[in-house]
Amino acid sequence: MTSIDPTPRPRRNVELVLLVLALAVGIGANALVGVDQQKAFDTDFWFQSSLLAAAALAFHIVLRLRAKYADPVILPLVVALNGLGLAMIHRLDRVGEDTGNNQLRWTLVAMAVSIAVIWFLKDHRILRRFTYISLAASAFLLILPLVPGISAGEILGARVWIKFGSMTFQPGEIAKITLAIFFAGYLSSNRDLILLAGRKVGPIQFPRFKDMGPMIAAWLVSIGVLIFQRDLGSSILFFGLFLVMIYVATSRISWVIIGVGLIAAGGFVASRVFSHVALRIDGWINAFTDEVYGRAFGGSLQIVEGLFGMANGGLVGTGLGQGRPNLVPFANSDMIIASFGEELGLIGLFAIVLMYLLLFTRGFRAALGTRDAFGKLLATGLSFAIALQCFVVIGGVTRLIPLTGLTTPFLAAGGSSLLANWIIVGLLLMISHTARGPVDTTPLAPGEEPDPQKVLPVMPSKPATVPGTGRNSPDAPTEAVKL
Amino acid sequence: MNQAIRNAWIAAIAMFVLIFGALSYVQVVGADELEANAWNKRTLLQNYCNDRGAIIVGGTPVAESVAADESCKFQRTYNQPEPYAGITGYFSRSFGVTGLEKTMNKELAGSSDQQFLDRVGQLFLGNQPKGASVELTLDPEIQKLAYDLIPDGQRGSIVVTNPKTGAILAMVSKPSYDPNLIATQDPVAEAANFAELNKVPGINLNQNVSGPTGALLAPGSVFKLIDTAAALSSGKYNKDSVLPNPAEMSFPGIQYTLPNYAGGNCYTRNTATFAFALQQSCNTPFASIALDLGQAAIADQAEKFGFGQDFGDQLKLDSAPSFFPTEELDDASLAQSSIGQRDVRATPLQINQMTAAIANGGVQMQPNLIKAVRSPDLRPISEPKPQALQTSTTPEIARQINEWMVSVVDDGIASKAAVPGVKVAGKTGTAELGDGLNNSWFTGFAPANDPQVAVTIVIEGVDITTGATLTSPNAKKIFEAVLNK
Repeated sequence: MTSIDPTPRPRRNVELVLLVLALAVGIGANALVGVDQQKAFDTDFWFQSSLLAAAALAFHIVLRLRAKYADPVILPLVVALNGLGLAMIHRLDRVGEDTGNNQLRWTLVAMAVSIAVIWFLKDHRILRRFTYISLAASAFLLILPLVPGISAGEILGARVWIKFGSMTFQPGEIAKITLAIFFAGYLSSNRDLILLAGRKVGPIQFPRFKDMGPMIAAWLVSIGVLIFQRDLGSSILFFGLFLVMIYVATSRISWVIIGVGLIAAGGFVASRVFSHVALRIDGWINAFTDEVYGRAFGGSLQIVEGLFGMANGGLVGTGLGQGRPNLVPFANSDMIIASFGEELGLIGLFAIVLMYLLLFTRGFRAALGTRDAFGKLLATGLSFAIALQCFVVIGGVTRLIPLTGLTTPFLAAGGSSLLANWIIVGLLLMISHTARGPVDTTPLAPGEEPDPQKVLPVMPSKPATVPGTGRNSPDAPTEAVKL
Repeated sequence: MNQAIRNAWIAAIAMFVLIFGALSYVQVVGADELEANAWNKRTLLQNYCNDRGAIIVGGTPVAESVAADESCKFQRTYNQPEPYAGITGYFSRSFGVTGLEKTMNKELAGSSDQQFLDRVGQLFLGNQPKGASVELTLDPEIQKLAYDLIPDGQRGSIVVTNPKTGAILAMVSKPSYDPNLIATQDPVAEAANFAELNKVPGINLNQNVSGPTGALLAPGSVFKLIDTAAALSSGKYNKDSVLPNPAEMSFPGIQYTLPNYAGGNCYTRNTATFAFALQQSCNTPFASIALDLGQAAIADQAEKFGFGQDFGDQLKLDSAPSFFPTEELDDASLAQSSIGQRDVRATPLQINQMTAAIANGGVQMQPNLIKAVRSPDLRPISEPKPQALQTSTTPEIARQINEWMVSVVDDGIASKAAVPGVKVAGKTGTAELGDGLNNSWFTGFAPANDPQVAVTIVIEGVDITTGATLTSPNAKKIFEAVLNK
């Protein structure tokens, strides 16, 4: 992961080949599901398959036009995951249910939005302008579900939904992105200050109290989400996101220690004070006791049924359409990993988890490759968020950690999550485009102005301080980046 | 900064290593344990649409898998559902399985160890998996007669066995239900039916046991047979012993008095022989025996007759153990418990087992419901033989109690159970529930000199007159039906 290819190559043809493979996986899975239900290769199937393929190809073409140096593996990975999710959700639909087609509609919408982000944003560094707007947007999005009239009320114990007419949406999913943009913008601007000031206690340098501001803010957001929205999963995700970004910005392990200490203290108090947290923990530790298993609300039936399903799948699985994943509550959303475990077995699930691993690794790679601190922070934050979200979900389903209500990216049924994750993919693709693209290192001719088309907006507070940097060098760096 | 990014990546990889470990544990290492969990319906449902073996009574299947549509090749169907529901149980896609469908699942599904070679054959020949059929010892005519003898809307159970072999000839209870309603493949109807049936008092579909093996009831005066056996085996009493028979017993320090039954002839004497006390079912003689022998002696005798034991393994049907209190009782409680009230509870099957042991010279046979398990090609996989379970009392004491039970029918309060030309032994019981309602019992056997059949009837929650008409006279009908075969 260290060296950057000296001669940038677009690799778009590689992407096309991988994309065909990815479509084959998703559409093939959908066909297998249909075979079991005696309706393989009907008009519905061809219609759905062509839509998915057309959308994927459109995305590919947009990348050729707008971000031709983007990482060629990211899009195929995501299309494969999304296709598998569509097939499984379709398979889990009972008579009269149509979650599968709804998910397909959301997939198309999400891909369109992601394409639009790439097309109109052109460069991720522009987002840095929106640092504080992002903060405001995050706060707005997080407060929305609590506003009477828009709020969809308490669904399954959490207040994270808003409604428009009959449609519901989880604004917290989008807040994940806006928070990442804020953290990246704030930290890339202020990291010097945070780094240099502070008191050294033993080997650890502690930051000044006033530099702790953003940390306290992030902690408050996490705890606020936990208390007011009763959403343990998102709370962990937001805090993890911030922690990793501040660590990357400062390279100081002391921040991680302080952060983990804060969240541990908050979590401990929460588990004592809030019944929903205590129930989650009880349902995790005592999952196999009669009392907890039979509890009507907050019991362990869901997780235990999921474990039974996965055990039933064993090493090779029952085969798509051959298991009984519907015995598990929320088989197509929170517990979709258990559904895959049952029908595709450990082997299939390993393949899926490996796809996630590759996906976030590619994201980290883009973070390493890009030359601006903002891009590095944003790519790291978003990639880590995907990894953390997978860990929290799959860890919860396998009873490694308490089960929380996070969605499995790209697989689980749910429009908000799809939309947010496809936007993340769009951002990662853009960052990887700058990371892998050519750098114009010829010095500016005397008196030549940087090409406003190419040079990125410079934060007013941070004028370019390093003379002689290439003219195309993005975002006059806040530090001499060590590659 | 890049080093920190690499470290963050390493942290993410570490999380994924944990995920890989957890997945491997759940799906491979710990999978067997999860599959064996009692809550896990999947193992049973795996074979839901397979050709499951039939449950056969008198050559006719009462539960069988019939060819259905393509999505589920076989549908479980119950013929004569109500009389057999307590024995077959149900096989439901959403609600799991109960009864023999559960306890004999391995055989019925074809997954028992003995059927291993058949499974291998099916695998290679590509045949549909087919389970073994289970033949029961039940007599279809007696089963139907017994079921019809309990009026609809009345709670009650009847158990008919052969005391010499332990074979169950009939075992019914009401209210019953139609298992087809919850074996349907329509999940909506299945759920609605399940909820509806569970509302009926006396039906609990979540439980795996039915009335005859599961209802724990106060046995009332039929428990006096155990007092009698305990008295005779203690050596302190013999067949001619004269027992105190006061009209009522009082206990120091408490208000409560234990009266004799007011309706009979007990009040005519202050002392009684065993024969008289049993014939008239007087309470005070047996209470005084219990107080004389002590709680341990009664509890010990009850255990020898099967109290505290789970017959489930022998019967292949889940059953609740009956109990006589083991924690120390005061005199008043012991006196009441010794006449089958207060703290003592027994299932209809337990009372039948006790009766059968007396009929069989003191030797209690294993209760047995399974006549044979046959592979699809009719080869017997297992044919349980009659086996003695335990010695409940000596042959002499058994013979003596037998004789007294005959006199209860000939000269006492079970006279309605008499069958012309046959010596019938019997004992009635009336356990008071308060509000004037009782559990009304009859238990007995015939012919007394060569017992072929033991009958136990209990009707729950009835007044004395109704109870009397639904117990002894019905026992007579069952004795006649069995003996005239």
